[in-house]
Amino acid sequence: MSIDKDTARKVAHLARIRVEEDDLPALADEFNTILALIEDMNEVNVDGVEPMTSVTPQRLKRREDVVTEGDQADRILSNAPDAREGFFAVPKVVE
Amino acid sequence: MAYLNKMKIAEARDALKKGDVTSVELTEACLSAIDAAGALNAFVHKTPEIAMERAKAADARLKSGDAPAMCGIPVGIKDLFCTKGVESQAASGILEHFKPEYESTVSQNLADAGAVMLGKLNMDEFAMGSSNETSVYGNAVNPWRRGNEDTALTPGGSSGGSASAVAADLCLAATGTDTGGSIRQPAAFTGITGIKPTYGRCSRWGIIAFASSLDQAGPMTKDVRDAAIMLEAMCSHDPKDSTSADIAVPDFEAMLTGDIKGKVIGIPREYRMDGMPDEIEKLWADGTAMLKDAGARIIDISLPHTKYALPAYYVIAPAEASSNLARYDGVRYGHRAKLESGEGIVDMYEKTRAEGFGAEVKRRIMVGTYVLSAGFYDAYYNRARKVRTLIKRDFDEAFEQGVDAILTPTTPSAAFGLGEMADADPVQMYLNDVFTVTVNLAGLPGISVPAGLDSKGLPLGLQLIGRPWEEGDLLNTAYALEQAAGFVSKPEKWW
Repeated sequence: MSIDKDTARKVAHLARIRVEEDDLPALADEFNTILALIEDMNEVNVDGVEPMTSVTPQRLKRREDVVTEGDQADRILSNAPDAREGFFAVPKVVE
Repeated sequence: MAYLNKMKIAEARDALKKGDVTSVELTEACLSAIDAAGALNAFVHKTPEIAMERAKAADARLKSGDAPAMCGIPVGIKDLFCTKGVESQAASGILEHFKPEYESTVSQNLADAGAVMLGKLNMDEFAMGSSNETSVYGNAVNPWRRGNEDTALTPGGSSGGSASAVAADLCLAATGTDTGGSIRQPAAFTGITGIKPTYGRCSRWGIIAFASSLDQAGPMTKDVRDAAIMLEAMCSHDPKDSTSADIAVPDFEAMLTGDIKGKVIGIPREYRMDGMPDEIEKLWADGTAMLKDAGARIIDISLPHTKYALPAYYVIAPAEASSNLARYDGVRYGHRAKLESGEGIVDMYEKTRAEGFGAEVKRRIMVGTYVLSAGFYDAYYNRARKVRTLIKRDFDEAFEQGVDAILTPTTPSAAFGLGEMADADPVQMYLNDVFTVTVNLAGLPGISVPAGLDSKGLPLGLQLIGRPWEEGDLLNTAYALEQAAGFVSKPEKWW
């Protein structure tokens, strides 16, 4: 599997990272170098092997579905680049 | 008293208890050492006010008689740990000016034990790197040099600042984190000790996430005893991390007897790589002989899927990173790009992330995005998870044969020069982790112990891998190795 410029552009968009058109060929090359490493895995026979979900067999713990640390909007917003009237502010989403 | 910053945790603890020294004196010595070590670029956010306040509180607590082992001990904290009110950036531009409103569980545990935070330590951006060259703060520098050369060497990564600071005696110890070798490789490159405990021993809560199924915190210290003392203070069961283990934390230090008679040490034949430098071969053989002399039984073992660990890691870690780092979108914290008129929210995301992340982080996010994308998920991500199962099975089988610990080199080379890998492709840098990633994939505890010097006078480390949850036994084997190796070299001060 080889990644071309169009695939690199698509992946960059999916990852929401802007990559200039001129930089796409170099990015595609880097992807291909890394994929060549990854594809060594294809030699392994994985028939009947369960994919690992957790290194220690465990059931994720559950807790009561209750508010534990609420009412701290100010602290939550304290690092926001733009916060107004108790909300995160972003550019207009819906016209 | 001069040179208080050169003390080990155990020495300082005993001196504090006896009243021979105060935490304020220790802390002042470290703060002066830090101020004089700008050339190492290890501490990137200094917190002298917090340090002095905690040192005074620790001295009061010591006087009252209720003082745990870490009380009054000055430590550095890797920038990956969220520390309340103090910059916590994961060495990334995207988290510029981020000051968390909360404290990570591990750094809180240390604070509760009375440890004194001196500041935040340099690292690779989001812990992605093996040389500390991807940091927004610039390179951290290794205090060690090749003989009389003045070439600046890497302290390793990603916990490069932690390693440099401990090796240069800027602090008594430091926290690190390890996703593929990020505690053990820098420990080896700087002649110090570093342990990654079993996955689940330390809470990941408040540690900025890289690859959640692999990330673990651990101590980086001047010797094995200090690692035992500090690890115990860092570990706890934490309801805020659903993968945190609800099992008792033993007194690790009490398990350091140095007696390893009858222990079975496995030597994995697959770790003997083509092109491995003779010095590493010899170090490994010497380490094996030392453990044998100490009464351990040495057996050859096979971990047949070792060569697939790096490929599986470079699917799983980027996949998890692409999900974890999706949160950096310019909305809730950190950097937000300036927008031109007419640009919308997708432009904001794309520009913010392009400006905020460095090249290696972007590369890994995009590789992760690709392996998780429709049509490739089975071929890459699911296959990698199956290979991971096989890698863990290799270790399980070795342990079932009665192996107590596995001995390997920590790294395939000594510290290299900063910039020396600049023209290499990314995979060349990834090869640094070849002996360490298997341990993260299998969730096992692993420790690097300094065991010798190469011909240029640079430190080399040996790695011991233990059974899950048996850090105490692993530390004891490491202690025996440390005693036999007798590594006491320190870098000559040039900074």
